[in-house]
Amino acid sequence: MRNRYLKNVSTLKMGSEKCTGCGKCLEVCPHNVFVMTNGKSVIAQKDNCIECGACVKNCPFNALEVKPGVGCASAIIKGWLTGTEPSCDCSDGSCC
Amino acid sequence: MLDISMGREITINQTSSELTFRDILGSWKVRWGINRMNYKVEPGLYRIGNPDKSSPVFVSANYKMSFDSLRKELSGFDAYIMVIDTKGINVWCAAGKGTFGTTEIINRIAITQLDKVVSHRNLILPQLGAPGVIGHEVLKYSGFRVIYGPVRAKDIRDFMNAGMKATSEMRRVKFSAYDRLVLTPVELVNTIRPSLMIFGVLFLLNLIGIGPFGFVDFYGYLGALIVGCVLTPVLLPWIPGRAFAWKGWLLGLIWALIVNMFNGWPYAPQYSLLKALGYLLILPSLSAYLAMNFTGASTFTSFSGVLKEMKTAIPAIIISIVLGVILILVNSFI
Ligand code: SF4
Ligand code: SF4
Repeated sequence: MRNRYLKNVSTLKMGSEKCTGCGKCLEVCPHNVFVMTNGKSVIAQKDNCIECGACVKNCPFNALEVKPGVGCASAIIKGWLTGTEPSCDCSDGSCC
Repeated sequence: MLDISMGREITINQTSSELTFRDILGSWKVRWGINRMNYKVEPGLYRIGNPDKSSPVFVSANYKMSFDSLRKELSGFDAYIMVIDTKGINVWCAAGKGTFGTTEIINRIAITQLDKVVSHRNLILPQLGAPGVIGHEVLKYSGFRVIYGPVRAKDIRDFMNAGMKATSEMRRVKFSAYDRLVLTPVELVNTIRPSLMIFGVLFLLNLIGIGPFGFVDFYGYLGALIVGCVLTPVLLPWIPGRAFAWKGWLLGLIWALIVNMFNGWPYAPQYSLLKALGYLLILPSLSAYLAMNFTGASTFTSFSGVLKEMKTAIPAIIISIVLGVILILVNSFI
């Protein structure tokens, strides 16, 4: 059984004109978001994206864009309460 | 005249691919949240077997569970492990924070003088470290090429045998029922403190005569905890819907109905309609909240997704719990 999460929420964007088809993003993405079509990488399964930012960081040609963040409710709540950016604060457990 | 012997000493620690009983006990304790933040390995270079200048170099976080799961899979290999300082945090979380990152890797290569230890220029990183690492910058500043290995340490043997190539299967994060199950103890342990506080308040209310809160409240609450922290996570993909809070709410509702039916509803009710409605409002909301908190432990949620879910779930949960509490309090006054 596949795990699926909310649809149409990811902030992932591809600037195709910059993509050289080097394949790095396919290598690092843990959720199989990209496929290589005609020598360029294409976002094929956007709803699988978890906004981890791995593809953006490792694309040598800055073709990708995403607002990276943690998909963790307790981190977000803590962010609201303390007015800081939510970060996975593993010291209280459940995050990882 | 300077000669090589005047350089800094290169230290390489010996380790093995055998996990001892202590290692195994240690990881069990971490699962239950005992001392989990103090489970570190000293950063530096480690050797497995008898590596030489051409042996592969694997990079690991200095969280002991990350290190152990890697070296366990390297039995029979001659290899180096470069442990970087991630403040004792696992690869994935440290990559998110950036401590499993470009700078630390470049620095650690310099500190361990890796360029003198091996003659090749390849580093094998866990793929889950990629969100923190800019591969092409590591190459630019250290001369070492970053190769992302498989997501799971157990695929390392196949990855190496295939000439450091991962299949797309090895590149995917999975989240099996077992993966989810081992994460649930910590979720439960995290509820102990707030639960004790709630019990304390209920006890006080009993004392000043606003109660009585009794056995039904106790097991109803406990059940909602287990539904939210264990049952929902384990059954996750089979529960209809997508949002975690919704999934938790749905199972919680079933639990609340069971509690009411246990107590004779609708044929021979043991308590009033107000209280029964109160349970229906409170228990599912509690499970929903706890299930929502499991988004952090899951592997397939995004920030934007969780935010969207929370914007609906949190107000709904608060309103529902407040209404439920009012009903139950009103009930105890009638
Ligand atoms: S890493 Fe960048 S350049 Fe390479 S294929 Fe992906 S998007 Fe294109
Ligand atoms: S942000 Fe992460 S999950 Fe999303 S496409 Fe990039 S690598 Fe894949």
